[in-house]
Amino acid sequence: MLKITNLQKTFNAGTINAKTALDGLNLQLKDGDFVTVIGGNGAGKSTLLNAIAGVWRPDFGTIEIDGVDVTHMPEHQRAQFLGRVFQDPMKGTAPDMEIAENLAIAARRGTKRRLVWGVRKAERETYRQLLATLELGLENRLSTKVGLLSGGQRQAVTLLMATLNRPKLLLLDEHTAALDPKTAAKVLELTDQIVQKNKLTTLMITHNMKDAIAHGNRLIMMHEGRVIVDVSGEEKKNLTVEQLLSLFNQASGGGAVSDRMILN
Amino acid sequence: MAFLYALPGAVAEGLIWGLMAMGVYISYKILDIADLTVDGSICTGACVCAVLLSHGAPVWLSIILAFLAGALAGGFTGLLHTVLGIPSILAGILTQLILYSVNLCILGGKSLVAIDPRANRLLVHMSNNPASILALVILAAVTITVLWLFFYTEVGLTLKSTGDNPDMSRAQGVDVSRNKVLGLAIANGLVALAGSLLAQYKGSANINDGRGAIVIGLAAIFIGLSVSLKIKPNFVVSLIGVIGGGIVYYIVYNFVILLGLKTDYLKMLSAIIVAVFLAIPYLKSQYFTKQKDLHSEEQSAGGGHHA
Repeated sequence: MLKITNLQKTFNAGTINAKTALDGLNLQLKDGDFVTVIGGNGAGKSTLLNAIAGVWRPDFGTIEIDGVDVTHMPEHQRAQFLGRVFQDPMKGTAPDMEIAENLAIAARRGTKRRLVWGVRKAERETYRQLLATLELGLENRLSTKVGLLSGGQRQAVTLLMATLNRPKLLLLDEHTAALDPKTAAKVLELTDQIVQKNKLTTLMITHNMKDAIAHGNRLIMMHEGRVIVDVSGEEKKNLTVEQLLSLFNQASGGGAVSDRMILN
Repeated sequence: MAFLYALPGAVAEGLIWGLMAMGVYISYKILDIADLTVDGSICTGACVCAVLLSHGAPVWLSIILAFLAGALAGGFTGLLHTVLGIPSILAGILTQLILYSVNLCILGGKSLVAIDPRANRLLVHMSNNPASILALVILAAVTITVLWLFFYTEVGLTLKSTGDNPDMSRAQGVDVSRNKVLGLAIANGLVALAGSLLAQYKGSANINDGRGAIVIGLAAIFIGLSVSLKIKPNFVVSLIGVIGGGIVYYIVYNFVILLGLKTDYLKMLSAIIVAVFLAIPYLKSQYFTKQKDLHSEEQSAGGGHHA
């Protein structure tokens, strides 16, 4: 479903601030893979997701989604293959627009927008039912401006938007990191539900090692712009945080474990 | 008495500026771009209309071509901004400067082209305020209806989201750059259309027409929204408010003139109105943020808030 070959990206190349964020990264995802991504600060996790989403072009390497080479495709065109949820709950929704309007814009991702009514009546009923599955009481607030919702509610709506017309790949960039623990758990639970129900191929960045082990069928660890650990199946299921830390230390030669990861 | 006598004229001119302010509303409020093209494109609309009329073109054609000329100017600003990466405010200033030369060229090197109200059948003219007001009210109603329909289509919704949250828009497959160009074209088309009406109303197009138009447009928006948002915060009511804001602005304008204020000071007055309206929400937010901080401090102190 996703094939990344020898991906390189250096920010501020040629200056004293040059930072190699991706250093010849290779990664392949099979259809239906739910991969959790961990790694210290600056390991290149978000850079990887942004590269796939097309926020900027890589210096070298190729990205294929379902056999289509998207390396040079602009961000808005690539969006037809992708569902994205950002770390910042404010980033994924248009605050001054209604919940239904936000969902309607997302439902037309990858289609040509026309001069026809933007939110049809029948759609509203579909959205009502979908919002009810979130169990946040949003099903009766279709006309509410998204800006009036809490961060957790907005993130749940964004998740719905990202998965509305089944994306080939779902990109979750620490989408629960800015939420309080209770809300974060709820959004993660919703994520699991939605991913399983739609059998979505998913890449989920997290800072939380327990979450990384508990969710998905495969776990990769990044360090200095490369994948250094890749575990899946039974091996991943039986993993403990301690084992994960020692794996990390072995593979990275120590020093890669950030304080924040240990605290988690 | 003199004020009452001046009232119909003020209403007519206010309606024209209200139409113009709707264009500014699209760029400033919907696209979130402070577009300075309007100071030039309103004059372009006036020049195109006056020259066409003086060559015997029908009034409807002159108005439509004025709209298109403005749309072209707006689209040009959009391209400077999106294709060449020039900050939007500078892109607008550059186009505005270009338009000064273009407008002179349209006027054939003269600084003024007169429209003869007897030789042309005009939509609006100051010699007949009641008829002008009626025509302008109908035109405003049609414009509001068209904009309302448009901004609730699939395309229109993405135009709104482009200004509201470009990151979200791109993630949902919206071509943000194209939308900015399209939105600026529509906005400046409307502004130029208002310019063509202004030329008809005054009976001439002057190369200096429209200087400071952006400020008048913003003033109309702020005056209008300060009332309409309290009534009902939706699109149509906002647009009606903007038109109303234009009228109120011109009534105040005429009133101030009658009070004896020198017309030289009027531009300063408009600028002060805009500055005050821009400052109010900022000062308010400063005040409320302080309150909020206190509140969250209490919360975290009391409940062991987990970050």
